[in-house]
Amino acid sequence: MHNKTISELAQGLRAGDFSSVELTQTYLDRVARFNPQLNSYITICEATALQAAALADQQISDGDAPLLTGIPIAHKDIFCTDGVKTSCGSKMLDNFIAPYDAHVVSLFKQAGAVMLGKTNMDEFAMGSSNENSFYGPVHNPWKSGAVPGGSSGGSAAAVAAGLCVAATGTDTGGSIRQPAAFCGITGLKPTYGRVSRYGMIAFASSLDQGGPMARTAEDAAAMLQVMAGFDTRDSTSAEQPVPDYTAGLNDDIAGLRIGVPREYLGGGLDPAIEASIQLALAEYKRLGAELVEISLPNTELGVPTYYVVAPAECSSNLSRFDGVRFGHRCSEPKDLEDLYKRSRGEGFGAEVKRRIMVGTYALSAGYYDAYYLKAQKIRHLISDDFRDAFKQVDVIMGPTAPSTAFGIGEKADDPVTMYLSDIYTIAVNLAGLPGMSIPVQPVDGMPVGLQLIGNYFEEAKLLNVAHRLQQVTDWHSATPAGFE
Amino acid sequence: MSLERSDVEKIAHLARLAVSEDELEAVASDLSNILNLVEQMDAADTEGVIPMAHPLHMTQRLREDAVTEQNKREQFQSIAPLTEEGLYLVPRVIE
Amino acid sequence: MQWETVIGLEIHAQLATKSKIFSGAATAFGSEPNTQACNVDLGMPGVLPVLNKAAVRMAVTFGVAIDAEIGQRSVFARKNYFYPDLPKGYQISQFELPIVGKGEVEIELDRGVHKPVGVTRAHLEEDAGKSLHEDFHGMTGVDLNRAGTPLLEIVSEPDMRSAKEAVAYAKKIHQIVQYLGICDGNMQEGSFRCDANVSVRPVGGPLGTRAELKNLNSFRFLERAINIEVERQIDLLEAGGKVVQETRLYDADNDETRSMRSKEEANDYRYFPDPDLLPVELDEGLIESIRTSMPELPDAKRARFSADYGLSEYDAEVLTSSKSLADYYEQAAKVAGDAKMAANWVMGEFSGALNKAGLTLEQSPVDADALGGMLLRIVDKTISGKIAKQVFESMWAGEGGADQIIEAKGLKQITDVGAIEAVVDGVLQANPGQVENYRNADEKKRPKMLGFFVGQVMKQSKGKANPQQVNELLLKKLD
Ligand SMILES: [Mg+2]
Ligand SMILES: [Zn+2]
Repeated sequence: MHNKTISELAQGLRAGDFSSVELTQTYLDRVARFNPQLNSYITICEATALQAAALADQQISDGDAPLLTGIPIAHKDIFCTDGVKTSCGSKMLDNFIAPYDAHVVSLFKQAGAVMLGKTNMDEFAMGSSNENSFYGPVHNPWKSGAVPGGSSGGSAAAVAAGLCVAATGTDTGGSIRQPAAFCGITGLKPTYGRVSRYGMIAFASSLDQGGPMARTAEDAAAMLQVMAGFDTRDSTSAEQPVPDYTAGLNDDIAGLRIGVPREYLGGGLDPAIEASIQLALAEYKRLGAELVEISLPNTELGVPTYYVVAPAECSSNLSRFDGVRFGHRCSEPKDLEDLYKRSRGEGFGAEVKRRIMVGTYALSAGYYDAYYLKAQKIRHLISDDFRDAFKQVDVIMGPTAPSTAFGIGEKADDPVTMYLSDIYTIAVNLAGLPGMSIPVQPVDGMPVGLQLIGNYFEEAKLLNVAHRLQQVTDWHSATPAGFE
Repeated sequence: MSLERSDVEKIAHLARLAVSEDELEAVASDLSNILNLVEQMDAADTEGVIPMAHPLHMTQRLREDAVTEQNKREQFQSIAPLTEEGLYLVPRVIE
Repeated sequence: MQWETVIGLEIHAQLATKSKIFSGAATAFGSEPNTQACNVDLGMPGVLPVLNKAAVRMAVTFGVAIDAEIGQRSVFARKNYFYPDLPKGYQISQFELPIVGKGEVEIELDRGVHKPVGVTRAHLEEDAGKSLHEDFHGMTGVDLNRAGTPLLEIVSEPDMRSAKEAVAYAKKIHQIVQYLGICDGNMQEGSFRCDANVSVRPVGGPLGTRAELKNLNSFRFLERAINIEVERQIDLLEAGGKVVQETRLYDADNDETRSMRSKEEANDYRYFPDPDLLPVELDEGLIESIRTSMPELPDAKRARFSADYGLSEYDAEVLTSSKSLADYYEQAAKVAGDAKMAANWVMGEFSGALNKAGLTLEQSPVDADALGGMLLRIVDKTISGKIAKQVFESMWAGEGGADQIIEAKGLKQITDVGAIEAVVDGVLQANPGQVENYRNADEKKRPKMLGFFVGQVMKQSKGKANPQQVNELLLKKLD
């Protein structure tokens, strides 16, 4: 059952082949069996999942239930879930029972989806390997001892290993796409403003965006259909109509102009990965698409710029964790300053503290112009690069990450090397564009992701382009050994 | 940019983060490496470029002035570290 | 040395919205601690601010009222610092692009002496909560009900040269925001708060180092604190010392200012545009609709009162000192149909009664319609002015409306000539000696002597005889 798509499962539920309670129990059994080795879940909601499943079965038998009714999914532990621990991968929030639902969470509830639990993640979404979790690293289902990517590593590993049908993730600099690439699944970061950020614990507010992580583009479309939409509680939410993401999945892509940025090939890219990318591009050519070489000249500035913008925003966003109203509080503070410093010093991990300090420095008197303002200007240049590119092409394609999943501990001591692994994904967040990663030809048995970048609000086109490839190839349907 | 221990102490204080004596050196070195990466921005010519704070050119939506929230003190304070008589307690603030 | 004082004020006016600036929690004053602090006000993880339209309108209204530049594009910024009453660790405020830019108000120093004071800017921001220092086992309690209440921070140019000027400016702003209905102006409850930046310099010299005075919750304290601080700075400088830039608290009990925190570290607020909020763009339509629906402002109202009601400049000034008083007066005058009489009553008897009882206008037991209704009975000669005072007292005591009291107590004026003549005749007969004296007195002394007879007639008629008729009859009979 765990290898079926959402629409197949929905059909099975309606045909009475199995109930949501049975389906949910199947997944809970898999979680119980495999999670100890993967560590992809922080919280497992067995009782409430079965309750929700029973309710879903009722709704399905009553008829007229939405597509996701009774489908077991998981939420990244960055989304607030009413009455359920929402840790954000941090000791700071180890005791935080959220008193409200994130907008995305309430949308899935309304859609009848069953929440199996909350997935592991890099603390406050800061990381590219999931090693920065207070709850320990997540293992890549394709290779124990390898990272699943991050920060949505728990969601990626859970989907890849069949520990949920699909999951939510968030992407600030590649945190949906890079783990999707490392774990061999399909992940979509929507246009900034497409999915409400309400109740999604903020890392960098002008970059964060929630999105679906699934086995196929078709499943991702079904998930995005639920998540996308205007929300009055998020001032940065876009007041744009939500198209039917499944309607155009099979559209012909003959004549599609695919931009391939020359900055994304060669350089630090593993040649074997480049070969996988070229293989996928060749498939697209066969489908009638046209490949156009383009340039995104400011690509190299993406990482430096991101490491000013994101830390600056996070340094301020994370000030609310002060040990006063919720979260970790140090024991017996001797005065107010001690309360702040020790609560925060103990509650946050090393990477979070690093980024808070970088951001604090970049915003401080005397450095603001050289760091923060400069970064905002380069952000404009990077954004203009894409704007110009989309005058020539319909979508942009390249690698999602420069390597396949690396080993746990391999880059942990060198933050800068770790940062550079997000070189292809970061610019998309700076520009606010939608981006996607889909599995292509693996390298040495490890998944490789092809990144698709679309113009603003063209998620439907990305899903269509991704789906067309998945109809003619089977890279996306590979299952890691031991999790069949 | 190479940060000294004293710079780290200053930043850590502004950010209200406890950093112990023996961590200072390592943190200074990590932060310096990150700042060196960041300073690759200097290569870009940004003369006359308008800073971009938001990816989309949207403007602020305004909310009608209506009370929509009810008292949820009990629920909110059930997850608070220390409260009394409905107040959040902190070490004495001296003014 | 001749010293010159330089003062600039920062005024925080709480905007009179129903809900908070970025959340749907209520702003009402005086509720149980933390019962009006929703998840947004508490800075819970994941929550986001959404701007209140009414707060924006009120800020623009103020800008239009002082003829300031209105920021068609304004930006919210975060001011970062840690404090227990600041839940998010930053205050959402405005920094580079405030909603209201440069403007000006005119203050009156002495009768006819006016002075313009520049307003640098006015920006929207959220208020913080309150720290309560009563004993909680040596801890401080934090109440976040006030957190997120909209404030308009009005920053003046350093244009004032004395405490008196500073007070005149503060009162002027206080008057304007109340006239506009954007702030209740209640200083006790903290709805209108002044901070003063004070420095001294040798006359004509460069600006001196300033101290920021806080906790000035009345106009009287504002004046006291500035004067004391100016004295302190001059003494310090003349003794060869230096003024340090710091925040000082006015201590009303000891009538002194003292340093708030001896913090050497300068604040570094790390302002940057709030990424959760987008730039506010005001369309011309909104500004125009505010411009056309602008209520009458104090200066205009004062001029109109003088012109339309024939009031003296002084009376017009007093009656327009607050919008509520002006509204009260106008309504009473309208009902009475005699603007001058209404002015005399509102400023005299009525204001006296309020003062004596220690009540505000809003708490008055006699509303404008009631007072006007009573004045109407003077105008139509139902009662005399003197009886009216008695009627007013009864109204104040809650005994009912004027007509009801006049009826119940039989205070209706006697206008029947025959009846008055009978009393007059009685008085003249009872006082033959006085009549004799009157008739022998010279013209100049007679009016005063006439007063005796009027008094007697009024006394015997229990004040109800129409004084004008009494006068006429007496003159006719005595001459
Ligand atoms: Mg200020
Ligand atoms: Zn302020």
